[in-house]
Amino acid sequence: MSPLIETKKLTHIYSEGTPFEHVAVRDVDFSAARGEFIGIIGHTGSGKSTFVQHLNGILKPTSGSVLLEGEDVNGSAAVTRRVRGRVGLVFQYPEYQLFEETVRADIAYGPKNMKLGKEEIEQRVLEAADFVGLEASLLDHSPFDLSGGQKRRAAIAGVIAMRPDVLVLDEPTAGLDPRGREEIIRNICRYHDAVGGTVLYITHSMEDIARFATRLVVFNRGQIALDGAPEEVFRHVEELERIGLTVPSVTKVFSILRSRGLEVAEGIYTVDAAVEALLRLKGGGGNA
Amino acid sequence: MLKDITLGQFFPGTTVVHRLDPRTKLILTVLYIVLLFIAVSWASYGVVFLFLVCSICLSRIRLKAILSGLKPLVILILITGLLNLFYTRGEHLLFRVWKISVYWEGVRTAVLMALRIMLLITGTLLLTYTTSPIQLTDGLEKLLNPLKKLRVPVHELSMMMSIALRFIPTLIEETDKIMNAQKARGAEFDTGNIFQKAKAMLPLLVPLFISAFRRADELATAMESRCYHGGEGRTKLKVLRMERRDWIALTVGVLLLVLVILLRRLGL
Amino acid sequence: MKIIRTEKLTFRYDAEDKGEPILKSLDLEIEEGTFVAVLGHNGSGKSTLAKHMNGILLPSGGKVWIDGMDTAEEDRLLDIRRTVGMVFQNPDNQIVANVVEDDVAFGPENMGVPSPEIRIRVDEALKDVGMYEYRTHAPHLLSGGQKQRVAIAGIVAMRPRCIVLDEPTAMLDPSGRRDVLETVHRLNREHGITVLLITHHMDECIGADRLIVMSDGQIIADGTPREVFPRVEMLRGSGLDVPATVGLMFELRKAGFDLPLDALSVEECAEALYRVFA
Repeated sequence: MSPLIETKKLTHIYSEGTPFEHVAVRDVDFSAARGEFIGIIGHTGSGKSTFVQHLNGILKPTSGSVLLEGEDVNGSAAVTRRVRGRVGLVFQYPEYQLFEETVRADIAYGPKNMKLGKEEIEQRVLEAADFVGLEASLLDHSPFDLSGGQKRRAAIAGVIAMRPDVLVLDEPTAGLDPRGREEIIRNICRYHDAVGGTVLYITHSMEDIARFATRLVVFNRGQIALDGAPEEVFRHVEELERIGLTVPSVTKVFSILRSRGLEVAEGIYTVDAAVEALLRLKGGGGNA
Repeated sequence: MLKDITLGQFFPGTTVVHRLDPRTKLILTVLYIVLLFIAVSWASYGVVFLFLVCSICLSRIRLKAILSGLKPLVILILITGLLNLFYTRGEHLLFRVWKISVYWEGVRTAVLMALRIMLLITGTLLLTYTTSPIQLTDGLEKLLNPLKKLRVPVHELSMMMSIALRFIPTLIEETDKIMNAQKARGAEFDTGNIFQKAKAMLPLLVPLFISAFRRADELATAMESRCYHGGEGRTKLKVLRMERRDWIALTVGVLLLVLVILLRRLGL
Repeated sequence: MKIIRTEKLTFRYDAEDKGEPILKSLDLEIEEGTFVAVLGHNGSGKSTLAKHMNGILLPSGGKVWIDGMDTAEEDRLLDIRRTVGMVFQNPDNQIVANVVEDDVAFGPENMGVPSPEIRIRVDEALKDVGMYEYRTHAPHLLSGGQKQRVAIAGIVAMRPRCIVLDEPTAMLDPSGRRDVLETVHRLNREHGITVLLITHHMDECIGADRLIVMSDGQIIADGTPREVFPRVEMLRGSGLDVPATVGLMFELRKAGFDLPLDALSVEECAEALYRVFA
């Protein structure tokens, strides 16, 4: 399948030519096909946030290029404007971008900027609110009266309402409690399944994302260190720890078991897979 | 990135000028401004200029930094110069074109006025280049302390000023983030006429204000938790102390003042 | 010695409000020198509880005593606040000065500590949190975890007997979170400072002496982490989760294996599994 979005030798240098000069992203070749759900992992300063801000032309590459279906997103101002609607970017703590008088108007801001018709906008607002699990009755409230979790979801809806082909989310669950995290991830999965677009989900927490992602991309020092299916990436426990990432505790437990001679599969990262692997070891049921 | 901008234009250093007590520097700056206004002759200007050059040399501030500080004010200096040139009347007519006559006295005043403004700016630049904003507020608070008796909230004002300085970089960074977030939703901040532009700022300004209020609220709680209860009974980590160098610098300042007054009296 | 004691602590924001209070008649005693984690979902009342510990909020009903002082007595407020220090979620919004050491000095300055003594306290506090080398830096150029450690140093310099941390790691990345937790544990271990850590991250509670679980303004579980985490269904029912190690044991027990639910650390969990599956 031809890639939906790709970067070619993408490099970004902050404050080039000043004492603050800092290479954030270096020669990154990346491509994603339609329908992929990609977890982008890396610690702070690994370049992952800088990288994704190139995908919709918010940041311009120092060198290299970003292509959406083969077209350079920085080709012209008109192209960049069009790309903003096709590559939706949800920043960290997106609730800080809310500004309208009602939730409805805030979600409509993106589609309005895309100069869509009134009915189309209304339909998209309802659809987006539904995707993030916001009740229709909340749409006429002020976004500032919502709870923390609801604000977060309203802000995500504001990007989803543009119906982007590529949805990029930067730490969308930061600061939420386990239930709030779970809800957001489920909503995003639902959106992904329904629309069939590509999702790029940036996070520090591999445990969170590994259950849902079809592919993991690990950033380190401005470059891609690992790229593959989750079970593939989690085989590299030592490398992940050397980069400074926290490996899921189930994976750690299994790497200890393997080192002590138990024949369990490598790259196990979820509780369910762990249970299955152990049961297989015992040949089915327990001893109770 | 926006947050790399040097704020308050402070260049850290360890020279004598940097180490002077901020109060000394504030007093000297005021003294210097007074000098400039009572200086009328070339000789007295020479004295002031020499003082400035010596201070700059001691501070090791590069000429380039001073020139770049003067740059935004070139137009102001030019206008002042030209106004003085055309509007000063005197006895020695140089030339007359149409209705405009230029006198020799006009040229003199124009040059002196332009010089005066340039010297004025350079002097204050030197103060901010060598004194951190926090030192400046500390110094101001101490100097204005007597005003407390007149119920002027000196401590509160200086606390507000230093908190404002502390939060400028944070708010700039935040502006940057919100701007990008709204751009990602198709906002355009730099197109259209002035009304469209103003309207386009709303999605930036509303979140920025809300966030600033939230920060202020949280900061107030945090400050109270750290036993803040106004300036009463407050001590300081860094106590401002006048050293020998401060007294020397102040003496030099006063001597210059006397010198310039003498020059004026003598009509030189 | 009980450093914190609450009796029938009830709180509602609006006195007229007849609805459900945010805190419902809480009785709580904290022993001096212990490390206590308070776990709860968003809106469980845990942050509201924290704000009662130094008189930022005052009870609508009931009492809070800090080292025997009633928080409702206004003239004891400064004494209470120098006994219980408070660290908040957003590190940016609690740093007052634009030089690290000036910020750490802020608390002692307010307390009227003599200048030479402030210098000593600031240096010691910065060393305690591992930020001494950054003492002349500007806070806005530090990472989140570093800023939060500066905020902790600002409290430590006040020499409190108890530190309450209200979700101090919620906005941090894993390495910042690790640094902050290690710092807090060290302060508890080496200086005997009582720690009340408010959080919704299960993993952060594993090392605590005592774990209190809150839901809807009430305490629904109170004990050592080993006693509390095995109650998987209760925790999940109140919108929380359990550490993955406990979750794994829980699932395997359902399948009929005899495994302990209190093997919290990765090593203990692996050991228990090895014994059963080898």
